Amino acid sequence: MMDSGPIVVVTGRGLPLCGDDVDTDRIMPARFLRATSFEGLEAHLFEDDRATDARHPFSDPRFRGATLLLVNRNFGCGSSREHAPQGLARAGILALVGESFSEIFQGNAAMLGLPCFVADHDGVARLQRLVEEAPDTVVTAQVGSGAITAGPLRIDATIAPALRSGFVSGQWNPTAMLLDRFEEVRRVSGALPYLTGF
Amino acid sequence: MPQTLFQKVWNAHAVRRLASGQAQLFIGLHLVHEVTSPQAFDMLRQLGWRVAYPERTFATVDHIAPTDATRRPFHDVMAEEMTSALERNCREFGIQLWAPGSREHGIVHIIGPELGLTQPGMTIACGDSHTSTHGALGSVAFGIGTSQVRDVLASQCLALDPLKVRRIEVNGGLRAGVYAKDVILTIIRRLGVQGGVGYAYEYAGSAIDRMTVEERMTVCNMSIEGGARAGYVNPDDTTFAYLRGRRFAPSGAAFDRAVGWWRSMASDPGASYDEQVNIDAAVIEPTVTWGLNPGQSVGISEAIPGPADVAPAERDALDEALAFMGFRSGSRMQGTRIDVAFIGSCTNGRLSDLEEAARLVRGRRIAPHVRGLVVPGSQAVRRDAEARGLHDVFQSAGFEWREAGCSMCLGMNADRLEGRQICASSSNRNFKGRMGSPAGRTLLMSPAMVAAAAIAGEVVDVRTEFEGVIS
Repeated sequence: MMDSGPIVVVTGRGLPLCGDDVDTDRIMPARFLRATSFEGLEAHLFEDDRATDARHPFSDPRFRGATLLLVNRNFGCGSSREHAPQGLARAGILALVGESFSEIFQGNAAMLGLPCFVADHDGVARLQRLVEEAPDTVVTAQVGSGAITAGPLRIDATIAPALRSGFVSGQWNPTAMLLDRFEEVRRVSGALPYLTGF
Repeated sequence: MPQTLFQKVWNAHAVRRLASGQAQLFIGLHLVHEVTSPQAFDMLRQLGWRVAYPERTFATVDHIAPTDATRRPFHDVMAEEMTSALERNCREFGIQLWAPGSREHGIVHIIGPELGLTQPGMTIACGDSHTSTHGALGSVAFGIGTSQVRDVLASQCLALDPLKVRRIEVNGGLRAGVYAKDVILTIIRRLGVQGGVGYAYEYAGSAIDRMTVEERMTVCNMSIEGGARAGYVNPDDTTFAYLRGRRFAPSGAAFDRAVGWWRSMASDPGASYDEQVNIDAAVIEPTVTWGLNPGQSVGISEAIPGPADVAPAERDALDEALAFMGFRSGSRMQGTRIDVAFIGSCTNGRLSDLEEAARLVRGRRIAPHVRGLVVPGSQAVRRDAEARGLHDVFQSAGFEWREAGCSMCLGMNADRLEGRQICASSSNRNFKGRMGSPAGRTLLMSPAMVAAAAIAGEVVDVRTEFEGVIS
């Protein structure tokens, strides 16, 4: 399991991945789910897209070592496979900035300590352009305020409030909280008609 | 104050508010399969934890299940390894597993309702996005990732934010040749593939009321394709009649008491919704996707849109889809030559789907250049279909008659497209590479439209080609 701890600021170079509705089948094609562990998934990120596009951002040496993935609308739609954010995390991605995210993807990413920052179309497009033109630009994303700075650029982003407070307090991995005061869970389940024979 | 089903189910299962601000929600039924669970079981083992409610946890093997044989060991080494891993995990943690070869085996979203595990008023979770299917019986069902599977195994709970509720009313009569699949494709097209983000969809209206539970499952199944994590239909007499006599449903006097509770969980008249949408059933046509997401579809008589027909923000996606699919704006899907016809999946792999497809196929042959596959959603569906002679109908027509599994819907087993093949498919996703070939192309449509396309060798309008045969 990944380490838990506060995630307050994410700093690093950006990786622009343009396009709406990038689904998890594209991020991690299903044939790489033929495994019982998540190990090595990073090698297969966008494998089919990269095979037909030599200039794919994940193949571009200029973006090697980048830690902030910059995406557009509805990123991570489709399958609930955690293999997609697992692959990204294992490739060194620490946070995503995009126009919007699929709910399941965003939840899965949060469980791995990857914040998904949501900004408007113009803000994301400017950030993607800037990083495309100057890949060495350092991008800094503040989890608490949502402020993202990159060279001369500053954009405002947000993170879903409950996820944000989880990152900042270090409680983004909820398992321990869910197991705490378990008698309350027993109380709820004990009151459900379908568990007590109606 | 009047409440929606979503609110009632949420309140009945809410444990407490977590320090993060999210709610802790008890999950009444946890369904597990081989692909998204092994890492979760490993984490549990590392932490020395047990499964909190093993009696509320049920497992099957579906994504990787070979559909050519159920004999073990499987020829597919990885299928054997993943099946064995799930068998080990279920044994160690005391979970009921229905593996290939068992009478109960099948796709997780087919067997849950079929066995009566899925019931109104429940919360359900499964490591699969099509868990929304179970909402057809009036449950609130969430697709989750592997870390959340670990959480549910360990605590039977999830940390979640509540969803808003959008009521989608489909009123009026569906025309002959128009099915539940066309209804949900139309809804997704209208509201967009991300229109449902943050929402649960409540499907209602006279067209939904008249649907069978199996048809409602097709609708709820694809909620996630519209961005909605959950979708449901309020439980009614149709729901209760479906549940009566099923193995895990209550029986005798308990069934009658259950009906009282189930009915009480339905949305109250006058409940307020975050949004309401109305759709006229009478204008829905047989619908076919032309693009790379389930929202990129047209009625069979319509033309594929051009740049002027879509919002500026969608033009890049339009260009990309047309280039990949090899289609042109302004042309029609009718007449598109197909290579493969696939009938199956958690969307349309139930008995009623196979019956409707068989009605068209009976006494005919599929086109010589088409490979046709029929993959029942479960062994029970397969048995019931064979008892009605449907396997003969399909096989005489040239279709392959397979064992239960997810099969070509996601190409995790040996059933895959090759090269740039075009597949008329009753499944749920037309994403790039979805059916196992990176260049393969998927056209989503109803099972009847798939059967019609298989016979004609190209996409046709089931209403004109099979007038009098369709229901």
